[in-house]
Amino acid sequence: MEGRAATGSDEILAVDGISVTLSGREILHDVTFHIRAGEFTGLIGSNGAGKTTLLRVILGLTSPSGGTVRVDGGGRRQPLIGYVPQRITLDPDMPLRARDLVGLGIDGQRFGLPFPSSTRRKQVDEMLEAVDATRFAESRVGNLSGGEQQRILIAHALISHPRLLLLDEPLANLDLGSEQEVVDLLARIAREQRIAVLISTHDMNPLLPVMDRIVYIANGRIATGTTAEVVSSESLTKLYGVHVDVIHVHDRILVVAGRREEALQHGDAESIVELV
Amino acid sequence: MTGFLSPLIEPGFFSNLPVQTALVVGGVVAVVSGIVGTFTVMRGQSFAGHSLADIGTAGGSAAFVLGISPLFGYVAMNLMAAGAMEWIGIRRPRGRDLATGIVLGAALGLAALFLYLDTTGSSTTGATVNVLFGSIFTLPSSMVPVIAIFSVVAAGIVLVLYRPLILTSISADLAIAQGVRVRLVGICYLVALALAVSLSAVTIGAILSTALLIGPAATALRITNRTGRAAVIAAAIGVIATWLGVLLAYDSYYWFPNGGGWPVSFFVVTLIFLVYLVSQLRFRGRALAPRQSTAAQAG
Repeated sequence: MEGRAATGSDEILAVDGISVTLSGREILHDVTFHIRAGEFTGLIGSNGAGKTTLLRVILGLTSPSGGTVRVDGGGRRQPLIGYVPQRITLDPDMPLRARDLVGLGIDGQRFGLPFPSSTRRKQVDEMLEAVDATRFAESRVGNLSGGEQQRILIAHALISHPRLLLLDEPLANLDLGSEQEVVDLLARIAREQRIAVLISTHDMNPLLPVMDRIVYIANGRIATGTTAEVVSSESLTKLYGVHVDVIHVHDRILVVAGRREEALQHGDAESIVELV
Repeated sequence: MTGFLSPLIEPGFFSNLPVQTALVVGGVVAVVSGIVGTFTVMRGQSFAGHSLADIGTAGGSAAFVLGISPLFGYVAMNLMAAGAMEWIGIRRPRGRDLATGIVLGAALGLAALFLYLDTTGSSTTGATVNVLFGSIFTLPSSMVPVIAIFSVVAAGIVLVLYRPLILTSISADLAIAQGVRVRLVGICYLVALALAVSLSAVTIGAILSTALLIGPAATALRITNRTGRAAVIAAAIGVIATWLGVLLAYDSYYWFPNGGGWPVSFFVVTLIFLVYLVSQLRFRGRALAPRQSTAAQAG
């Protein structure tokens, strides 16, 4: 609304002062952050912190009680946002090949039967290649492993060439190997295709090597900046309102509630302990 | 040719007008059921489909009380029931099964009343037999155009919404994010389901009508990895089962125990069940096969 998001710059997403109240409870309070093209952003917070709500506001599926969201399309028409929802269970009984699901990313919202064309097929083949999914392209989606399904869902979201890719807990239920593969894939896509990637997770550690920016969410508020700026004792203590220690162990970061009694006083012990 | 097949096909089968009507109507209805049923199974709405079938008995039996064709009773009742399910289900987001169950109970109460009135009022069992076992051999040919129209509408809805229906069966969130109006698609689909169940009820009876809807589709899903092919295979299984059922029912005229013939619905449902059993044995683990072969290639 203010139009201050520089139109000439490569800023893709501008979230300004977003507040959300659902059934009388404030889920998000005055959330503001901006994301540029090619940037890889982690949306970090414990379960129930408001990550999904924030993604839904950006998608336009939930109306905020205040604030604005702007997605810069660079003069292009829809779709601007690719989306990978959380916890999709692909039924093994569903007669649908991996390549069919990717193809639906192009025209799944259209009416009538899809008619095969060589252009469409080529587009799907290229996308499958880009997410390294060619080898299981003909398999039934419900029979793929968790990591393979995530790659297909990412391909489905990317094939319409969005400017912004939102992923809700894409690393949940993945083994360590597939987790790393999915993160590397997303980082490569952000870099090579200049897409802004915003990925929500309750564990920031898999993202540490590739994250350009962090949006740390707790109690409906956020802290944002580089990982070093945000994931510090001072910054998180301010965000949580209780003393928080940030411990570096090898390449991992642990966030620990400093004094449990204090946390309990704030009625927030659960969420803090979960972060450990 | 008829001489060669005479042990199977009784004389007069193809020249018999009710048989001709039964073959045409049964075939059309089986195609519609196969197409709609594939999506019923994919969307996990088999229970809703079965409930609509049971609820339809109230409409069919009410039509007899009013003296109109049971098809109109089925269609009216199933559309109302689908609307009620949708309305209750929306108000209670997690209550779809509960909503279906509540509507089902109320409708079966009505069915009991109307069937009672039918039997006591006309002192024949015609209405009960018609509603429970279908009326494929007694359909007046004037009903054929009506059946054709309902068939075109039901199949048309599914074909027009083909891609949005697949997307919403995968995930409502995924579909919404792609601009699909998920609720509207769901309502339109319920209309197609209500019509398909009604058509099926006319051919093989209200109680058994979901067999034609779910059985061929459940079999087809095991045979192919492609949605479109699954619908075609389901339709084919349904048509073959229905035509064989009509033939066997015709043949059964002189069978045990009292020479009155056996109901078509029995044969159709049994054939569908047998095909499903065979597919379970034949295609067990088939769904895993492509993965194993790719693993073998990779290794």
